Amino acid sequence: MTTPEISIRDLHKSFGDTEVLRGIDLDIGQGEVVCVIGPSGSGKSTLLRCVNLLEEPTRGRVAVGGTELTDPDVDIDAARRRIGMVFQQFNLFPHLSVTENLTLPQRRVLKRDKATAERIAAENLRRVGLSEKADAYPSSLSGGQQQRVAIARALAMGPEVMLFDEPTSALDPELVGDVLAVMRMLAHEGMTMMVVTHEMTFAREVADRVVFMDGGVIVEQGAPEQVIGDPGHERTRHFLSRLLDPATAEVEEGAPDRVGQGER
Amino acid sequence: MTPIDAEPRPGKKGLTRRQKRRLSRGAQYAVFVAAVIAFAASADWGRLHNQFAQVDIARQMFPDIITLALRNTVLYTLSGFVFGLVLGMVVALMRLSSVGPYRWLAGVYIEIFRGLPALLIFIFVGVAVPLAFPGTEIIGGTYGKVALALGLVSAAYMAETIRAGIQAVPKGQMEAARSLGFSPARAMVSIIVPQAFRVILPPLTNELVLLFKDSSLVLFLGVTLEERELSKFGRDLASTTANSTPILVAGLCYLLITIPLGLVVRRMEARAQEAVK
Repeated sequence: MTTPEISIRDLHKSFGDTEVLRGIDLDIGQGEVVCVIGPSGSGKSTLLRCVNLLEEPTRGRVAVGGTELTDPDVDIDAARRRIGMVFQQFNLFPHLSVTENLTLPQRRVLKRDKATAERIAAENLRRVGLSEKADAYPSSLSGGQQQRVAIARALAMGPEVMLFDEPTSALDPELVGDVLAVMRMLAHEGMTMMVVTHEMTFAREVADRVVFMDGGVIVEQGAPEQVIGDPGHERTRHFLSRLLDPATAEVEEGAPDRVGQGER
Repeated sequence: MTPIDAEPRPGKKGLTRRQKRRLSRGAQYAVFVAAVIAFAASADWGRLHNQFAQVDIARQMFPDIITLALRNTVLYTLSGFVFGLVLGMVVALMRLSSVGPYRWLAGVYIEIFRGLPALLIFIFVGVAVPLAFPGTEIIGGTYGKVALALGLVSAAYMAETIRAGIQAVPKGQMEAARSLGFSPARAMVSIIVPQAFRVILPPLTNELVLLFKDSSLVLFLGVTLEERELSKFGRDLASTTANSTPILVAGLCYLLITIPLGLVVRRMEARAQEAVK
């Protein structure tokens, strides 16, 4: 691996007395697709949000594309322009039409002129297959459509890295496929992607590497067929068995009832 | 717990539910009719008519009451509203600031100006400001003073409304904007505030209705003939004619503005309610 696109060193994050991340080291190479899996409360969403500094790390270092984001003197707004983020709850701007959702950030942040912004917006809407919804408002779209618009909005900024925070968790099951298809397309185009997800099929098919987190640390990582197909750790096995066949899970004595950061 | 059968059945002594409802409604109508009759019978309609409904006097108020008095009322109110909105926006943002003294200052401002009668603010602007800053003239003369006084009062209320509106915008909106590279200030202006205003448009319009009424306090500033608004105009005429008809006409002119505004607010609220669903 040459210089990694995303480099995370000794990352710690606490909310009050709760230590959510307890020393994460992770490198993601250019064009690599990394899926982060783990039980809720394991810190995987917090890790992702630390990568573009939506959460400020308590300790440690995060660098993206050679820029150290954790450096207090770095222009964080400029750095974030290179990092696209897709949220579980889509977070489209409800007062703007689909096209305006894509053009406003380009015009205000990148200072593109109207014609250029509209051209790039139309291009990206076509990529996610929603050209016909260009003039619609977010509230009239299905969850799957909203999420694809959100992806297009991030792409219109021309990011080098895309972060996905449980992008399909808020969707009805039958709408998940369209969003995953767009993500698969991006992966094939060589986008560097970090995806927090519960979609094991997607992880197995698309990811170059799967990272399993639990209790604020990386328990194991490796090729998907290894981590998902033949996990080396008991905790990974336990998590996967519960995820793949929830009906067989039994009531656990004294299992801590953790509140997941991703489910907020 | 109690089975339905155990409820007292409508026996011969007790009233059925339907009878009770009829009786109760009948009693309410009876009280209402009795009150109207008592009021109508005890009022001296003749004198009331003489004092408040002199068509000749009403007629001589036109067109000045519209072209001068109503026009001034609208001018005073709108200038106060605009100034109050701008100031209220600033105070709201200060209240949400991460800088402690700003939050504190905004809090103090809101508490003081919400707690004082508007009348005192007018007197303060008319008397204290010229004393405190001798030689300075408030821009726009009376119009400037009214805008200042009404603006100071309404800014305190509007600041709280705007703050609530901003806080009602989901946190994810700010996060999405920041993740796209918006600075906090630009995200606030481009993304958060426009959404907040959709929520607070009805309460802001209500504030406008209140300001229409408060604009009558301008008479405590002392105004020239040309600067009179509805209340002052009506009162002046009432004293020259020794008749109260002008007061009634002036009152109707207020309603001409405030009732349609009230309807607009109700429609906006209904539409907002629908949008939520």
